Order: sequence, then structure tokens, then C-alpha cells
Amino acid sequence: MSKGRYGIHGGQYVPEILMNELIHLEECYEHYKKDPEFQKELETLLNEYAGRPSLLYYAEKMTRDLGGARIYLKREDLNHTGSHKINNVLGQALLAKKMGKTRLIAETGAGQHGVATATAAALLDMECEIYMGEEDTVRQALNVYRMELLGARVHPVTSGTRTLKDAVNACMREWTNRMEDSLYVLGSVMGPHPFPMMVRDFQSVIGREARGQILEKEGKLPAAVVACVGGGSNSMGMFYNFIGDEEVELIGCEAAGKGIHTAQTAATIATGSPGIFHGMKSYFCQDEYGQIAPVYSISAGLDYPGIGPEHAHLHDIGRARYVPVTDDEAVDAFEYIARTEGIICAVESAHAVAHVRKIAGNYGPDQSIIICLSGRGDKDVAAIARYRGVDLHE
Amino acid sequence: MSKTQENKAGRAFRTSNRKAFIAFLMAGDPTSDCTVEYILEMERAGADLIEIGIPFSDPTAEGEVIQNANIRALQGGMTTDGVFDIVERVREKARNCSGEKPLVPLALMTYANPVFHYGTERFFARCEELEVAAVLIPDLPYEEKEEMEEAAEVHNVALVSVIAPTSRERIRKIAREAKGFIHVSSPGVAGTRGGRDRELASMVESIREVTDVPCAIDLEISTPQQARHMARVSDGAIVGSAIETIIARDGEQAASSIYRYVRQMKEAVAQA
Repeated sequence: MSKGRYGIHGGQYVPEILMNELIHLEECYEHYKKDPEFQKELETLLNEYAGRPSLLYYAEKMTRDLGGARIYLKREDLNHTGSHKINNVLGQALLAKKMGKTRLIAETGAGQHGVATATAAALLDMECEIYMGEEDTVRQALNVYRMELLGARVHPVTSGTRTLKDAVNACMREWTNRMEDSLYVLGSVMGPHPFPMMVRDFQSVIGREARGQILEKEGKLPAAVVACVGGGSNSMGMFYNFIGDEEVELIGCEAAGKGIHTAQTAATIATGSPGIFHGMKSYFCQDEYGQIAPVYSISAGLDYPGIGPEHAHLHDIGRARYVPVTDDEAVDAFEYIARTEGIICAVESAHAVAHVRKIAGNYGPDQSIIICLSGRGDKDVAAIARYRGVDLHE
Repeated sequence: MSKTQENKAGRAFRTSNRKAFIAFLMAGDPTSDCTVEYILEMERAGADLIEIGIPFSDPTAEGEVIQNANIRALQGGMTTDGVFDIVERVREKARNCSGEKPLVPLALMTYANPVFHYGTERFFARCEELEVAAVLIPDLPYEEKEEMEEAAEVHNVALVSVIAPTSRERIRKIAREAKGFIHVSSPGVAGTRGGRDRELASMVESIREVTDVPCAIDLEISTPQQARHMARVSDGAIVGSAIETIIARDGEQAASSIYRYVRQMKEAVAQA
């Protein structure tokens, strides 16, 4: 069995032309992971530039309203660039710099990862090219302009379904053509080894902080931690340090779109099957011949037909549970948390909020639940207005 | 060379010691009937091995020409079973036309997921039934070939190894375990021809040090001169995008252009 396995999942299913580069990347990562100077530099960037540690906020009004567990929000939305994506990007960009690369390329769905990558590139004086599905460039036009302001070039991807999956395809091709000076800064815990491991490590700061913070505030571990899952980077980052705590439930919220019994869904665990795609073995939404399905969600960041291999494994062994949340439920939760807590969160994160609204009452007031609020929702305001039939005269 | 290593695909290279010309086309582009017809034209024109693509929704290792061929084939409703039907029809027609003369070896090319989802064992069993000599899966590198190697071996199908310009010290490791033939992907057309030729020659030299399995070079853009040149430094030339460019242009009327192109290429390669 090859490297980077999580149970039967993971691996390195990529064309031969990429293998040496992946092996080199893994060696460099393993080297710098143990280098105290690299870790110090990264920590300084995370703390002084990105604004870590992020708050663990006790959502008192939500707690009162839902009448059950005490609800905490891990405020990744307050990070610089507005989401958890910066954690991983600063790690990979710094690594790229150490490796002597001068150019970062990345895919983006909602645009959060693209903005974070463009930001890191600006800060570290690197060139930056972002690949984004054409449909997403329309859904998230503001983020496209934001990336351009930061000095990145944004390439709308017009192949296939013109969303995240196609942006990944385009970015992989671009990397194949130009590996010498470029690092493909993969945005999630997916793709070939070492990406799922590396991205998880860089994102695990979320759960590491949250675990310490909740112990300080509550004196005990939470009953559950809940996060949204597309590829699964914020959820993996949140779950990782809790995996050993058997009493803590790990719940991932997938984008069900218009429902898991419709074709317009992106809920991979609920509707997918095992497969090999984008360099990894995992679960994928696909047809009877293994053609990758066109998926759908209101959230561009969760609009992906697969899930990271470590999540697939956590699902297989029953350590984490994955639940589908529809567009309707997510939009309701988006509005709910805005009115209740005065927080406009990303529509991706609203999937996790929606699920907690359903389950909070099942727990006692002596228990707590942490929601990973992975990003802020400014980027989604126009889309939510459209969803509600409000014309904003943009 | 042991009997198992000398797969049917190797036959393409052994016939009268000539260099081989390997032609690729996408099944179902634009229709199944056309694919059957085009394969027979390629054989008539002298192709030594024909690689048939099973379309995949996300052909990440492909340039634009073959990407579009994948899309056209899927839009036309092509499936894995549809491709096996095509192979069956080709075999039948060839039997009716040429009697005892065996059909040129056929290979399939597709991504890991269509094979995995079909059921790896079932896929290779079907290949064996239809006498498919080899299967090329670009996203199944050396490190992952264990995934499908056993099923391929049990069913006497060569799982083709790919060697890329970036393979460097991996070349010997890969070549040592190669079956059927080795697919060498050529460095891009950029750069000086002299530099590229030297690079290819040294790649082939490394392969030669460890195996007798024939190797053919895949060409991005291809003229008869280039093909002759590639065949000179290796055992043959593989052409895909040029043929798909013809099919994209001529659609259902591509038979005579394909015949002429393959004929011309075959002649060039034979002179190498």
C-alpha cells in the first residue's frame, strides 16, 4: 500500500509526471515540520498577521433560544481574510518559499481560499494565479475583484460543470506544466498525499486552540464539535485534536443542496460511493460508470463531489458522523445567527449552525457544543438576497 | 523475456522487427459506429496497436484536444460497457473481412475511477474475454499499481507503465516491472529539438538497461518527421491528439482522413 493512507482511503493516484514533485514536497514538509525556526515563523505569521488565536465565543442568546447544550462558536470568521483558509495557506506559502518556489497557484470555490492564497502571495512577494469555476466567478464576483486587488490573476474555468471540481482539474494541469517554480497550494484536506496530511496539520490549530479554550471555560470537554464539510478542511482541523477524546461526538455537515433524494446535492457521504479521483481514494458522488457527478449546493465552498480521505476513514470506523443539511436549512440558519448573535457567517458555516439548531435540545445544560464558524458571510449577502427574491440593484 | 511478460501488446513491436506505430482514439467520438469504422481504417492503414479511450468526466492528465474528445464521447452517451461492445464489434467485423489474420492488438486507456467503479476484477475479466492486450491508466502510478496489478495479471492483460520527463531516478524502478510496452510521455514541444532528443535518448537508454519490454514515445503534436524521429530513438511512436484533431474536425466523415494520416505516419515510422 502506498503512503498517505487513512484506512483504505487516500494514496497518490496521480500521473507519473507529478510523482517526483509530490515526493519532494513531502520530504520538504517533513523537514520543515521538525524545524523549530519554520514553526516559529509560521506561528508569528498566524498570531501577528492572521490574528490567531481565534476566539471561542459563548453564544448565550443561541443557547437560551435553543434550550439545551451550551453553544460555543469557534470564530474562524474573525481571521484575517475572513475564514479558516488562511491557516493552511500561510503554512503552505511559507513552505513554498523555503523550497525556493516563486509562484503560488490555487483553486477556489467560494473564493475564500483564493483570497487567502492571493494574500499570502502578496505578503511573501510571490506570483499568484487562481483557478475558479466560471459559475463561481459569477456567484462570488466580489471575491474575484478582491483577489485581483491583491495582485493575483484569476482564471475563470469554463470546462465541465464550471465549479470547484473543474477548478481543481485546471489547477492540477497547470501544476503539471509548471512545477519548477510553482507550488499548488491545495485548499482542502484532499488530493494526493501529502496534501491531506499537510493541510490537516496546518488546520489542526483550530481544534488545538478550541480544546484548550473549552477546557478553560467549561472545565471539561464538549459533548460535540460540529463543522461543515466540503473537501473538509475546517472540519478536519477542528476534529483532529478531539479524535482521541472518545466522549466527544464529531459531526460533519454536508451540503445536501435541494435534498439528498434529488440530483441537486453535494452530500458525498449520504449519496456517494467509494472511488478514485483527484489523486485520492475516498467517497465521491458519481454515476453507475464512475463518471463524477455534477453536484450542487447554494454554497460554492461545499459544492464539491468528494470528501477528504481522512473523513472517509472517520466515517468508515464510525468515529465521526456526517449529516446532510439542505440549502433551505442553511439559509434559515444564516439569517438566524445574524439576528440572534449579530454574526453574519459564511453560508458554508451556516450548514453547521443549521444542524446544531436541530440537535442542541437533545443535550443538557451541563453539556456544550462547539460550532466551527469557518468563515464570515459578507461574500454571501448578495446570493442570500437572491435566494429570498430580494433585488439589491448591485 | 518470459511468456507472461511477452504480452499480446508486445506483438505490435515484434512483427518483422519494424518500429511500431500506435494510434489512439476516443470511443464514442462522435458515435460507436464511427469508432468501429475508424479502428478498422487504422488497422487497414497499418497501425500496429490501437489504443481506445474510455471517456471520463474529468480527464486531468489530458490536453485540451483529448479533454474535448472525452466530453463529446460522454455527451454521445458512451459508457464502459459501450466501449466493450465496440471492441466486440471490431473483432467480429475483422473476422468476417480477413478470416484467419489476427486483428491488430487493442489496448484500452482510461482513468482509475471508471475501472475501480466497474469492479477492477470484472473489468479485467471482460478485457480478457475480448482479448484486450493492455490497459493504460494515467492516474495509477508505480506506487499505486498494486491496486489493479493482480487483476490484470490474472487475466493476462498488461497494465502499461508510464515514464515521464520528470521520472529521472524512477525510470529504472518503473521499467524493471513494466509489462506489455512502456509509454514514454514526451517532454513538451517547447525548448530546442536537440535538447529534447538528447533527453529522450537518455530516458530510453535508462529503460534499456533494465528491460527488453518495448517502449514507445507519445507525441503531443505530430508530423511524419517527428514520428520517424521518435521511432528512431525508441521502439515506436504513439499519437493521440493529432487523430482526435481530425475527428473533431471531420466528425462522422473522418474515415478517409484518418486512413491517410495513419498510413503516412506508419510509413514514416517504418523508415526509422
